[in-house]
Amino acid sequence: MSETASITAPETSIAAGTRASRHIVQNEDLLFEVSAPGKRGYQLPSLDVPAAPLAQTRTEIQDFPELSELEVIRHFTRLSTWNYGVDTGMYPLGSCTMKYNARVNEHVTRIEGLGDGHPLQPESLSRGALRIMQLLSDYLLEITGMEALTLQPAAGAQGELTGILLVREALAARGDARRKVLIPDSAHGTNPATAAIAGYQVANLKSNAAGTVDMASLDQLMTSDVAALMLTNPNTLGIFEPDIKRIAALVHERGGMLYMDGANMNALVGRARPGDFGVDVMHLNLHKTFSTPHGGGGPGAGPVAVRKELEPYLPIPVLTRKSDGAPALDYDRPRSIGRVRAFYGNFGMFTRALAYIMANGCDGLKQTTDDAVLNANYLRKKLEADYALPYPTPSMHEVIFSDANQAPQGVHTGDIAKRLIDYGFHPYTVSFPLVVRGALMIEPTESINKREMDEFLAAMHAIAEEARTQPELVTGAPHSTKISRLDEVAAARNPVLRWKPKA
Amino acid sequence: MRYLPTSDAIRQEMLDEIGLSSADELFASIPHDCRLERPLHIPTGRAEADIIAWFQQAARDNAPGFTSFLGAGAYQHFRPTHLDNLIGRGEWFTAYTPYQPEISQGTLQSIFEFQTMICQLTGQEVANAGMYDGSTALNEACLMAARITGREGLVVARSVHPQYRQVLATLTRNRHFPIAEIGYSKDGRIDLTALRAAVTDATAAVAIQSPNFFGTIEDWNAAAEIAHAHGALLVAVIADPVSLGVLPPPAAADIVAMELQGFGIPVGFGGPYAGILACREKFVRQIPGRLVGEAHDSEGRRGFVLTLSTREQHIRREKATSNICTNQALCALMASIFMATYGKQGLRELAEQNHAKAAYLAQACAQAGLDVLFPAPRFHEFVVKLPRPLAQLEPELYRNQLIPGLPLTRDYPELGEALLVCATEIIPRERLDRLVSVLSHV
Repeated sequence: MSETASITAPETSIAAGTRASRHIVQNEDLLFEVSAPGKRGYQLPSLDVPAAPLAQTRTEIQDFPELSELEVIRHFTRLSTWNYGVDTGMYPLGSCTMKYNARVNEHVTRIEGLGDGHPLQPESLSRGALRIMQLLSDYLLEITGMEALTLQPAAGAQGELTGILLVREALAARGDARRKVLIPDSAHGTNPATAAIAGYQVANLKSNAAGTVDMASLDQLMTSDVAALMLTNPNTLGIFEPDIKRIAALVHERGGMLYMDGANMNALVGRARPGDFGVDVMHLNLHKTFSTPHGGGGPGAGPVAVRKELEPYLPIPVLTRKSDGAPALDYDRPRSIGRVRAFYGNFGMFTRALAYIMANGCDGLKQTTDDAVLNANYLRKKLEADYALPYPTPSMHEVIFSDANQAPQGVHTGDIAKRLIDYGFHPYTVSFPLVVRGALMIEPTESINKREMDEFLAAMHAIAEEARTQPELVTGAPHSTKISRLDEVAAARNPVLRWKPKA
Repeated sequence: MRYLPTSDAIRQEMLDEIGLSSADELFASIPHDCRLERPLHIPTGRAEADIIAWFQQAARDNAPGFTSFLGAGAYQHFRPTHLDNLIGRGEWFTAYTPYQPEISQGTLQSIFEFQTMICQLTGQEVANAGMYDGSTALNEACLMAARITGREGLVVARSVHPQYRQVLATLTRNRHFPIAEIGYSKDGRIDLTALRAAVTDATAAVAIQSPNFFGTIEDWNAAAEIAHAHGALLVAVIADPVSLGVLPPPAAADIVAMELQGFGIPVGFGGPYAGILACREKFVRQIPGRLVGEAHDSEGRRGFVLTLSTREQHIRREKATSNICTNQALCALMASIFMATYGKQGLRELAEQNHAKAAYLAQACAQAGLDVLFPAPRFHEFVVKLPRPLAQLEPELYRNQLIPGLPLTRDYPELGEALLVCATEIIPRERLDRLVSVLSHV
């Protein structure tokens, strides 16, 4: 009897014209709105020791959620369906390297003894973890051609900061403290912020017409007061700096150091090594090149690799080898800059990156680089007719177009990006790098097959055509999503950053 | 090469279409003397089964099966099963920073909920979407206090996690911030007299941890009063958020720097974790990191966006409040699911259980004749003096599969052979008793 009731009841309760499926994918209230007093989603084991009252306890946590376990699961599952991920489809965000996140990486990270290991347990009971760190370090040194490495920085930007602190320390040890860091105008925004946080003045270096370092400007700006040049290579235009050796020589000649932002290493692995072209210090983004997942904005991991001269300054603890070859942690490093993060860094990212390198091997890593660059160049060739190329210089793993052909119709890069959503793709990176007005920064990565790229190209062609013939269709996009464009200006003017119960 | 979706035939087809004859030509822009002309010295690609076997062996070389009484900034709490199940969904872990809100509402709404729960829990008005971890959150909190007050002096309790203090020293050293460290009293809490003497009109922030590194509970209000009397800000440091289930929140503090690992993030050899900054509303434009705000679309529907980004590195570059460019979103999501699961009542019960286990263990140690230091109220950690050097006890401890806690000889040599011991809800009574027995009888 209840069976009949449960089948018929929902049908009669649905208002005319409302589709039942709307509920599942379109509506999900906030946790606090799903909550009701007295519900619980947990059951603790019964306490096997006497209760121990505290003298001072808090009052109850006002308006905190109360839900059953299934309600928690439904809530976060439904929210997840509103997200676009690499698993969903092409995610060509330039400079972010949104590649496949292998499931075996997730699996090995959670193995008992790794996922639940404590960072302060004795070294004699941490041999496996130290071996993981050592092997990953060895592989990263081979890939970069550098001489020493720390895995500690928690993210690329923290790697940058660590690298610059190392430079600062090494120069101070030479008795040659300097005040400035030189940064090309095409650099990631973190580079100048990092230099400033490290206590340096930032001097901007203008790019030349090819989108690369202008040697004459460098020659002029690289004074005895410049501690380092922070260079991204391939740069944020997706271009390899052809004068890299001359750049390194000039910087070294004037007593400075060459820092390389390794965010774009996906274009170089197995093909070129920064250590071979004069880089003194660099960071790697494990979440970009080595496929640890971006997770909606983190966690990342930003190991820093250096030349021998900088090794004494690496953060403690430093991974070393004992006389029997076993890995050990060295805390006795009097010249170390100290520590940049608690414990050893994002260890869970080390296991994922190591699993990725093992799965690919030397052959797969090189093929990965080749495919990433091939895909970018394929897209470039096929899009050139519709979209303007601000720099015709050869592209590596990403390609930057501009909206110059569409702007006269009032269609800008942000509009094209939103329209791409209607065609089922995550947009490329909008309005970056700053040196390109109306940039479309596209990085397909090696994970995309030709079929998907051809569909992406068809969408881009269609949008270019729409921009010509019915621009308002593009400027009003997206039309297919749960919500349309949100008023970000109003949101910033009057920020509402937390839920509060209605009065 | 099972991750690559392109065959040799398709590669050739694509090369033909772009007018190249070989993959080498794709790299023509790299000068010859910059190219690597040999294979990397890394073994060729391995099978999935081999990789799993390799990591299983590495795991066996750690200490699986041991009962660990280690805390000290990384806490072992039960992680509900559905947590990994949920964050294992590709839409969560393979997504990027929600730059395109129309197709990122899942991440954005979950962060908005996260910010709300952190405010409710800490008694603060604003919370960001997360920092790297607790140690770097403390650093960002101090920089923030320096910007707000226009001062540079930092006063930090010596009972703040030693590694947090090391991170602060490293990351502020080139800014030349004077840092004064304040010792602890016999009861295990900060020496308030010394604190009063150290805070001056040049102090930007007073940073205090509670429960502190020794597990003892500090008085937020007393510390706030001292800081505020000189116009300094109180930075409240919290290493295990589980403590907030039962302890009074740092509502008197101006900025809270907290480690979230205890909320469902794996201990995992120290990371990834997630930090948090929460503060008073008037400091909202000085708080670094991401913030998610409510917004509406043209039809008036509620949605969420990244907001107030004018403080950030991608807009302000060298004038940005911070260079941080991540928020550990997946770890923050784990914490959200954990908080939603335990809820209002569960967080309290969980905290009470933690406290009860440690109280029982401390009492049993004392009854067995061991010297338990610091009599002030504690949460789930305490310091115990060993009757003899730890090295002599280790064989028996390891035979019993026990990791007894953290030796304090490196960070607090003045305490002698002392151990920092932590007991959480996952350790059964038998193991508590066994630890006491081994520590007191050998």
